[in-house]
Amino acid sequence: MHPVVKLVAQRIALGMLLLLAASVLIFAGTQILPGDVAQAILGQQATPVALANLRAQMGLDQPAYIRYFEWLFGVLHGDLGHSLANGQDVAGEIMGRLGNTLFLASTAAVIAVPTAILLGLVSVRYQGRWPDKVISAVTLSTVSVPEFLLGYILMYLFAVEYPIAPSVAMVDDTMGLLAKLHAVLLPATVLVLVVLGHMMRMTRAAILNVMQSAYIETAELKGIRPFLVIFRHAFPNAISPVVNVVMINLAYLVVGVVVVEVVFVYPGMGQYLVDHVAKRDVPVVQACGLVFAAIYIGLNMLADVISILANPRLRHPK
Amino acid sequence: MSDELSYLAQRAARGLMNRRAFLGRAAALGVTATMADTLLARAAMAAGPKKGGTLQMGLGGGESTNSLDPALDASQFPFMMLSTMGNMLTTVDAKGNLEASIAESWDSSPDAKVWTFKIRKGVEFHNGATLTADDVLKTMQRHSDKNSKSGAFGIMQGIADMKVDGDNFVVTLAQPNADLPYLMADYHLIVQPGGGMDKPDAGIFSGAYKLKSFEPGVKVVMEKFANYWDSSVGHFDTVEMLVINDATARNAALQSGQVQMVNQVDPKVADLLKRGKNITVAAAQGHGFYCFNMFCDTDPFTSNDLRMALKLAIDREEMVKKILAGYGSVGNDMPVNSSVPLFDAGIEQRKYDPEKAAFHYKKSGHSGSVLLRTSDAAFPGAVDAAALFQQSAKKAGITLEIKREPNDGYWNDVWNKQPFSASYWGGRPTQDQMYSTAYLSTADWNDTRFKDPAFDKLIMEARAELDPAKRKELYSQAGTMIRDNGGLINPMFNNFISAYRNDKIAGWADNPNQDMMNGLAAVKCWAA
Repeated sequence: MHPVVKLVAQRIALGMLLLLAASVLIFAGTQILPGDVAQAILGQQATPVALANLRAQMGLDQPAYIRYFEWLFGVLHGDLGHSLANGQDVAGEIMGRLGNTLFLASTAAVIAVPTAILLGLVSVRYQGRWPDKVISAVTLSTVSVPEFLLGYILMYLFAVEYPIAPSVAMVDDTMGLLAKLHAVLLPATVLVLVVLGHMMRMTRAAILNVMQSAYIETAELKGIRPFLVIFRHAFPNAISPVVNVVMINLAYLVVGVVVVEVVFVYPGMGQYLVDHVAKRDVPVVQACGLVFAAIYIGLNMLADVISILANPRLRHPK
Repeated sequence: MSDELSYLAQRAARGLMNRRAFLGRAAALGVTATMADTLLARAAMAAGPKKGGTLQMGLGGGESTNSLDPALDASQFPFMMLSTMGNMLTTVDAKGNLEASIAESWDSSPDAKVWTFKIRKGVEFHNGATLTADDVLKTMQRHSDKNSKSGAFGIMQGIADMKVDGDNFVVTLAQPNADLPYLMADYHLIVQPGGGMDKPDAGIFSGAYKLKSFEPGVKVVMEKFANYWDSSVGHFDTVEMLVINDATARNAALQSGQVQMVNQVDPKVADLLKRGKNITVAAAQGHGFYCFNMFCDTDPFTSNDLRMALKLAIDREEMVKKILAGYGSVGNDMPVNSSVPLFDAGIEQRKYDPEKAAFHYKKSGHSGSVLLRTSDAAFPGAVDAAALFQQSAKKAGITLEIKREPNDGYWNDVWNKQPFSASYWGGRPTQDQMYSTAYLSTADWNDTRFKDPAFDKLIMEARAELDPAKRKELYSQAGTMIRDNGGLINPMFNNFISAYRNDKIAGWADNPNQDMMNGLAAVKCWAA
């Protein structure tokens, strides 16, 4: 078997085990949190009678491990269950939300990843000179500003003062691609600014690392243009760390953007998860946890595979 | 000048002249823009509602766990959405009086024990079915069933029997209650076909707008219901409500014109928002309040002297000024104020008095610090309010120790569990309802553990009394008892602060009972 295929198979098996472990952890976590879904739904209106009624109706009077295995049985049969808080089908709701989250994340990624890598290359080319310094200063400052503040600043400038984009980034299925892109203009910009710095710095560092090598010197002595030396000879050998940091940032774009979603009222997964955690709505929290964990594991696996494919020494092991 | 101005305003209101032109002409006549806007709004009101258009509202207080089942309605967004689509038997108007809704009229036996509601004829549900007294009966049965999880379960407990008599819905009470028609205005008690027993979240009601689409925690779209029984309301073709929980995002959406109305304006930014072009901030004095609760049956609060000392050690004026930015009024350690009927405004207002507080504190014999639990979940600014309380109490020689609790789980673990904590009440439209919800010995939510048979007796007496003057006197005595012996420190009543685009919306009229014109902003306003 080809080593890459073998590795992928191993990783998928391991990923399944990790998912199972994650689901146990999430379930345990929701059990440790104070209060339960019945109390959360009834809130200040809770009376002992109403609480008992609601708990019995939701099956919360059963022991925790039985509820976990019932849930696991359902998932293995492709049934993510129903929300305890409002009775909606979890799978159906998550599909819509996940679609929105992936749309926003991919819009941001399509802009951010090439820009970051290009800026990284430019920084190396002009290392220590003004373009390098300007790029570093700008990206470091956008990374350092909290996301919500960046969001508010953009909102003030481009939705209130000079209205070119909506401050409420609400998308739905009836909208065309262009309308959707217009709607997510501001949140996508914030996300780009947030992830750009990290990826750009990593690209720069990784390339600088290999710039000392003898083959770079050879390339320079051949008389190739400096930018091409970096792009053709240095960058391919620095891909492995760059891919890793790109994947971490992509995962972040999917699982970590709840603040941006709240500020721009974007109907994505983050807000959905937070609402249901607040209501101790275990089936939804479990399902979101699984999706997030799967995305994380999947992207990391992809990063490893790309690293191997990009590196002949790993591609053809002795 | 004023003749010409009002002529111009009328023309503008009828659409014969645009608003900008009107403001320009008004300015030429030496009138300020604010004044001109007021004139225009008044003329628009007089010209009568305009039909059509779309209303977009940005509302806080929505979660993706919200449901279309009125029984589970517990936050602002579902409240607004269901008030727009449904009807109760009665509603409460801006002055606190009852208005007919599904019940055309009502009457009681002389002892206030048997109540007969005449059900309006010709009311249609959104699915085309005709609303009958039987639907009303089934609705009430669903909310009062012993397995019910309805938020109105508590207030249905006094009912001994319900039945249908022709077009009438008849309620027999175990104990007399002069306020029963007010209880029927509770926002959970929306009439549903078949009482909603088969499918409580079907989203079929009898209101001015019907459901088009609902995505919990994101938005709801509603369309005008053509066969609505009351043609004087429901002017927009479409109403969209968006969940915008972030206060800054809500205001930005209003400023940029993406929505025309928002709720829950933070008092601290209300004055800034007001400065924006075409934005009106509407503050309605309600009966909701922000408070600190002491358990009367738990040491050290068993001592009325200590309770009194703490009541005197809070600076109410400062709280209203700093926590509510002036958008509110001082409380008097009672859970009611002048916005409810039969309130005795003559009861003396308690004031900040460190010397008297120190006197009572000494008399209580308490030493050491008093632990106060607070959290921003209790009410916006509760942590700051506790800090202010700590400072003002210090001047009376009382040491308050503040413990900040996490927001998450505050209502399960702290409120009504710990002997001294910050809290809020949304208030109730009548005194009886407020007292029976939280101050009777038997109340489910007696969050001050105030148990006084004499107080219970007064409330029961008032309930059975149909003479308003006598009831007022009884409530005055009951209120004074809570004020002087209770465990409630009520420094302030908060206002409901909303904002709308005055270039797009007309017909706004404050209603103190609840947020956004008692939930009817979409039903009663129209496109300017």
